[in-house]
Amino acid sequence: MAEIFPDDEMMYEDRIEGGAHWSLVMRRGTVLRLTDLEGGANVGMLFYNPQEKLERYNAPDTLKGQHTFKLTRGHCLYSDMGRIFCSIIADSLGWHDSVGGNLSDRKLQEKYAVQSYQEARNDWTLSGEHCFRVELAKYGLGPRDFAANLNLFSKVATDEAGNMRFVSDHSPAGATVDLRFEMDTLVIIHTCPHPMNPAVDYPRCPISYQIRKAEPVADDDLCMNSRPENKRGFQNNAIYHLTGGYQ
Amino acid sequence: MIVASNLSAEQASYRKVVPAGDYWMEPLKQGQTLRILDLEGNQAADTLFFSLADPTERYSAMDTIREQGNIYLTAGTTLVSNFGNPLLNIVADTCGRHDTLGGACAGESNTIRYALERKCMHSCRDSWMLAVSQREEFGMSKRDITHNINFFMNVPVTPEGGLTFEDGISDAGKYVELTACMDVIVLISNCPQLNNPCNAYNPTPIEVLIWDE
Repeated sequence: MAEIFPDDEMMYEDRIEGGAHWSLVMRRGTVLRLTDLEGGANVGMLFYNPQEKLERYNAPDTLKGQHTFKLTRGHCLYSDMGRIFCSIIADSLGWHDSVGGNLSDRKLQEKYAVQSYQEARNDWTLSGEHCFRVELAKYGLGPRDFAANLNLFSKVATDEAGNMRFVSDHSPAGATVDLRFEMDTLVIIHTCPHPMNPAVDYPRCPISYQIRKAEPVADDDLCMNSRPENKRGFQNNAIYHLTGGYQ
Repeated sequence: MIVASNLSAEQASYRKVVPAGDYWMEPLKQGQTLRILDLEGNQAADTLFFSLADPTERYSAMDTIREQGNIYLTAGTTLVSNFGNPLLNIVADTCGRHDTLGGACAGESNTIRYALERKCMHSCRDSWMLAVSQREEFGMSKRDITHNINFFMNVPVTPEGGLTFEDGISDAGKYVELTACMDVIVLISNCPQLNNPCNAYNPTPIEVLIWDE
């Protein structure tokens, strides 16, 4: 499925099986479209600045800066340094989670019939923790560098008392979300189950991802204008690029 | 859940007033109980916990709320580490609800939330950066600074997915108490934020008390 289309608006397309991990650097001005191929996917995701990996995705700043608990079209995903890694420019779902956390090795063993590599080859049963450890170690990062991750395609709602509820069957086959990158970003991806997913059998849900060229950010851009905070976030990115970033 | 303590301040083995804008970073041994006391009311205490034996193991906001199935912290909450272990239990709470989704203030996030010109105002993150720089014996750096608890802060989430900052529900003399399940490092920034109601626009001192087992 991996195909390169260098001259097209869509430059590249590939697939990640369920229960797997990968990473890539997205350039400023490109769009990452993720598609839930069969329904029920969960994409655990973290962002780092490839030039200074101490700068990482910050869920609290993202949520409080936009007065939101859910993430959807119009929202920006912030680093701890007041900059925008990417903007959600399209979303067919209306709600993505960033508070449910990650499936640990310990919980994986408690919840599922786990198969080792020796037993199942590449259909082995991985946790989100395993995946983040492997991908982050490729860049010299470890558990100290973890942060609250995104769980794209998953929904965790709360009631008035603050009780959390995982919404099953949230994401249908074909659901998509488009992330437009506002600075160069190291993207860490896994497709392991959400830690609150009550399914008894390990959910193994594949996704595809496409990389496209982004349209220039116009003055009336939805994400930049959805809140005054985001206008200032875009200003911070502009200052960062003006001064050459961390070079 | 409101649970009053039966510990008496006179019998505490340690007492320290922490002014607004300062940090407090000290070990707390397994079995010891820590009280954070809001002396004048409506003061946020931005707090992180680490395993003393290996600070790579630390408080995890997301593991804590998921394991208890509720986004607010109060008496009965077990604070869970990133490795899934209990760090501390909240054993008393006269405030009733504490936030762990709002994170801490930083000069950089102040630029987004308020104005680019407010970048140099003092912040919790600056206090933590000073702490890890001055207290080298703990072997920590910015890598270790992650999503904290905001004791005494009120950040309601709506069923529709909204999140707001409300005036504090704390008051002068309210407190929270935690008993350590393992030896931990406590890192508190007594919040200097002047731009929102988390400190009622008037940051004030807190007191930290410790009782031995």
